[in-house]
Amino acid sequence: MGKPMTEQTQTPETQSSPSTDVGKSDIIRVEGMHKWYGDFHVLKDLNLTVRHGERIVICGPSGSGKSTFIRCINRLEEHQQGKIIVDDVELTDDVRQIDSVRREVGMVFQHFNLFPHLTVLENCCLSPIWVRKTPRKEAEATAMEYLERVKIPDQANKFPGQLSGGQQQRVAIARALCMKPKIMLFDEPTSALDPEMIKEVLDVMIELAGSGMTMLCVTHEMGFAKTVADRVIFMDGGEIVEEAPPHDFFTNPQEPRTQKFLKQILQH
Amino acid sequence: MKKQTFDSKPAGPKPWYDPRVRAIFFQVVAIALVFWGGWVLIDNTLSNMESRGISTGFGFLDESAGFGIIMSLVPYDATMSYGRTFWVGLTNTLLVSAMGVVTATILGFIIGVARLSSNWLVAKVSLAYIEVIRNIPLLLQIFFWYFAVLSSLPSPRQSVDVGGAFFLNNRGLYVPEPVTQDGFGLVWGGILAAIAAVIGIRIWAKRRQLATGAIFPTFKVGVGILFLVPIMSYFLAGQPLEWDLPALKGFNFGGGISIIPELAALWIALSLYTASFIAEIVRSGILSVSKGQTEASKALGLPNGLTLRLVVIPQAMRVIIPPLTSQYLNLVKNSSLATAIGYPDLVAVFMGTTLNQTGQAVEVVAITMAVYLTISLLISLFMNIYNRAVAIKER
Repeated sequence: MGKPMTEQTQTPETQSSPSTDVGKSDIIRVEGMHKWYGDFHVLKDLNLTVRHGERIVICGPSGSGKSTFIRCINRLEEHQQGKIIVDDVELTDDVRQIDSVRREVGMVFQHFNLFPHLTVLENCCLSPIWVRKTPRKEAEATAMEYLERVKIPDQANKFPGQLSGGQQQRVAIARALCMKPKIMLFDEPTSALDPEMIKEVLDVMIELAGSGMTMLCVTHEMGFAKTVADRVIFMDGGEIVEEAPPHDFFTNPQEPRTQKFLKQILQH
Repeated sequence: MKKQTFDSKPAGPKPWYDPRVRAIFFQVVAIALVFWGGWVLIDNTLSNMESRGISTGFGFLDESAGFGIIMSLVPYDATMSYGRTFWVGLTNTLLVSAMGVVTATILGFIIGVARLSSNWLVAKVSLAYIEVIRNIPLLLQIFFWYFAVLSSLPSPRQSVDVGGAFFLNNRGLYVPEPVTQDGFGLVWGGILAAIAAVIGIRIWAKRRQLATGAIFPTFKVGVGILFLVPIMSYFLAGQPLEWDLPALKGFNFGGGISIIPELAALWIALSLYTASFIAEIVRSGILSVSKGQTEASKALGLPNGLTLRLVVIPQAMRVIIPPLTSQYLNLVKNSSLATAIGYPDLVAVFMGTTLNQTGQAVEVVAITMAVYLTISLLISLFMNIYNRAVAIKER
């Protein structure tokens, strides 16, 4: 696939996406979004616009609401106020709208969440077969293609319990990609992994970013943010505190809270 | 100081400090005790029976029983043998157990899922059901259904009459009995053809899904065929079926099929009681599937129904099956409470009347215990086979 791009907005890679207006139009719009857990105000007045093919990294201290935020984008969490529009569909209580958004948005979880009763290949084919109604042969061929891309085609007939954490997470990425999503959400994909396995997962994510996929990643991997992100978003206390291109974000943070956070994580 | 030798094995402990020697010793002692206990029991029984002049052996099974039984699935009358009473009791036990297992499973799954409903009322009603039913002794519940509910129904002359065909009174529920006439073979053919067609459609639909991805509404079409084809063949054959309607003859009803209140009370009580336990098992099974699984499935765009069917239930089943097995075993064994209300099950008939009349305690008790053991082991066997099929493979 395509090579990693640093200036995504100026060099739209038309061949990698069916959409002709990559990098121009918005694919996600979040406007004045609030969320409460009971009395607890988790997300406060969030506004974010993501364009086709943009790579966004969301970071922040734990409890800052960053995971909750990206889980709102495929409605694993409900928001109580404001608007979320994904690929021209607004997320409301309407289950048909929710399902249609979820079909176009892939998600990778911290704890992989592979289905333990199905083989790797079956994990990858489940949704294409039942939701996209793809013929099994075709679904399996697509799945093998993506398993090759994440470099574990030889594990296709094993069960998730027989794989290492890094392998499981790569299967999870392949599983999400098999639905041919327009957007990929990553919720701390490397946080549950042993250090030597983090790299194999990040390599896959970097390769994916290079192919022009719209990505939102909640992660503490600052190296990853520097290499691939178009924008870095810093959240604290349920608010977006700062939003900047990675170079500016790491070398010249504006807000004191950002400066404090960066100091803590970059110290060692 | 002693001189140390390095060429030999490390010196072993004294034999009575060696765990392996100890293990063998205790096992030998245990086996000896078991054999001695068994020998004492058998010897004691035999000498006691000899001194009282009781003959041993299974010859009594061929003698005439001479007592009547109110309900029997196999042909029976008082002139038949004690051996026959065994079969009557066994089939009655199997009947109420099978009926109970089916209804308790269906009811238990429904209540277990309802208990997890996000609808407040549904969840609380299920909770109340479970807490009330499983905390009242089963015997009490059997008495409740038998004496409080079914016995307070009107007498046969004042029966609850539904359309002149169904009658409910304190002697039981009477329903029309279908009597097949000439030409009913065509209807049987229709039923078989419908079943074959549904199986064929299932195979075809599966193949088509593999090939083209299109999902065929197998269930709806299958149900339609199963109903329509036999009904059509019934009318084509000129309605070759007559109903033997129950009718009041003297003080009671004759004709039709009757379900005696003893069976109904036992069946209802066993089903409701066991269902409350199954409901809790189902609930814990579903809760044992981590929330991440549901989330992953939803994130892949699978709607709620498919998430439950393809992701949650297959994983919940492996947690549900082992305790479900022991509930089935409990239900079968609890059915022996039939004695209390006079339902003629194996214990009431064989270990009750037959034992009293023959006095062959050792033989009768041994046979009855062996039967329950066999039923239980068979249930366990089948459930274990099923469990192995749904188990999750790791490493």
